[in-house]
Amino acid sequence: MKPPPFSYHDPRTVADAVGLLGSLENAKLLAGGQSLMPMLNMRYVLPDHVIDLNRIDGLSYIRANNGALDIGAMTRQRDIEFSDLVRERCPIMHEAICQVGHRQTRNRGTLGGSLCHLDPAAELVSLAAAHDAKVTVAGKNGTRSIDFSAFPVAYMTPALEPDEILTGASFPCWPAGHGYAFIEFSRRHGDFAIVSAAVLIEEDASGKVRRASVTLGGMGPAPVRASEVERALAGEVIEEKRMREICESLRKLDAIEDIHAPASYRQQLATVLPRRALLKAHERIAERARR
Amino acid sequence: MSETRKISLTVNGTHYEETVPVRVTLADFIRHQLGLTGTHLGCEHGVCGACTILLDGHSARSCLMLAVQADGHDILTVEGIAPDADTLHPLQEAFRDNHGLQCGFCTPGILTTLIEFLRDNPDPTEEEVRIGISGNLCRCTGYQNIVIATLDAAKRLKDSPVPAPRGSQRTPA
Repeated sequence: MKPPPFSYHDPRTVADAVGLLGSLENAKLLAGGQSLMPMLNMRYVLPDHVIDLNRIDGLSYIRANNGALDIGAMTRQRDIEFSDLVRERCPIMHEAICQVGHRQTRNRGTLGGSLCHLDPAAELVSLAAAHDAKVTVAGKNGTRSIDFSAFPVAYMTPALEPDEILTGASFPCWPAGHGYAFIEFSRRHGDFAIVSAAVLIEEDASGKVRRASVTLGGMGPAPVRASEVERALAGEVIEEKRMREICESLRKLDAIEDIHAPASYRQQLATVLPRRALLKAHERIAERARR
Repeated sequence: MSETRKISLTVNGTHYEETVPVRVTLADFIRHQLGLTGTHLGCEHGVCGACTILLDGHSARSCLMLAVQADGHDILTVEGIAPDADTLHPLQEAFRDNHGLQCGFCTPGILTTLIEFLRDNPDPTEEEVRIGISGNLCRCTGYQNIVIATLDAAKRLKDSPVPAPRGSQRTPA
């Protein structure tokens, strides 16, 4: 298996990359290559030009920025996995990224590549939805910011103009002491999730939920925020029976059907995984209080 | 005519200056152009892990990289693990002694993966070993003896440490 013939470009700056993207016909951006390279090897994609982003300086960083974590598009998944700052400020990201592929793919795979490839079951895509992330993109007219909720426009299609490049994402952090859990169901460790649940919760001093974020991945073309459940959780104390009731409503969500699972199976998972994630998130708050 | 590029890189401590077609994967470059056929190609789309090499000390699937992307980098393949032609690395010895391989096709990828794994986690649990090799497929062993061999290798490396193979340490990109 060999990639098809193409011209190779390795710009050193974002501006050069944007320039190439705007002037070349049928060009494809190469980030970590963990999705594009298999597609090239199998000739699912036949670009005339490959623009390699790996030699651009300044797109790999993890920085605290006021109440948010800013992460560069070319930051390797491995660097996110082993970042103390991520564990401290955005612990769910650590938990999720350990479930992304394998060590060998995380060493190369990038945040930006995953967000732009936009696989419906990708952990980082779900995480960006769960965290109300904003992505920054650069084009010939400068940069703009897009709410992640508006980023997926269709199946594996991000809201990028043809000459735009994603340069980074900003994840608003939840307050210290929040509860979190990322749980996914897949047949083998490292596979894409059949369904995943990302949960963030904040509780008040009496243990009642003040704010909740509940996201399901793998159900449709883009992650789904379970806003009805988020609202229903407000003021609730998290315990098994009540969570079972609240999460039952998620069975109504639309779900895709594919070789991995029928829709009804995904809908069943949609009631189970968020409940488990909520209980785990709550348990983490309780555990911290006991220490 | 395929577009080509000049690249320079280090493989197993040896420096190479080569001209490569830009569409050639790092795996094919290592096998066909450098003649280092220890790196195996199974699936060629990033699933089986047989082609795993270390790039600046980090394991990567060489079928999912272009050879041009390795320009300026330091690579370790399975040929570079043993200290010399007559001596096996303790990890390799442990695989031999514990029947950690049968047909041997997956072994180069598993060994390179484990060189990084044991460097970062010298005292792993069985569970951690299983997760560590979850990106490598083996159709012969059922993994049991691979896990046993890895735990044995960790013990051997602790009891009598050997110098790290050239190119197995993390280097700044």
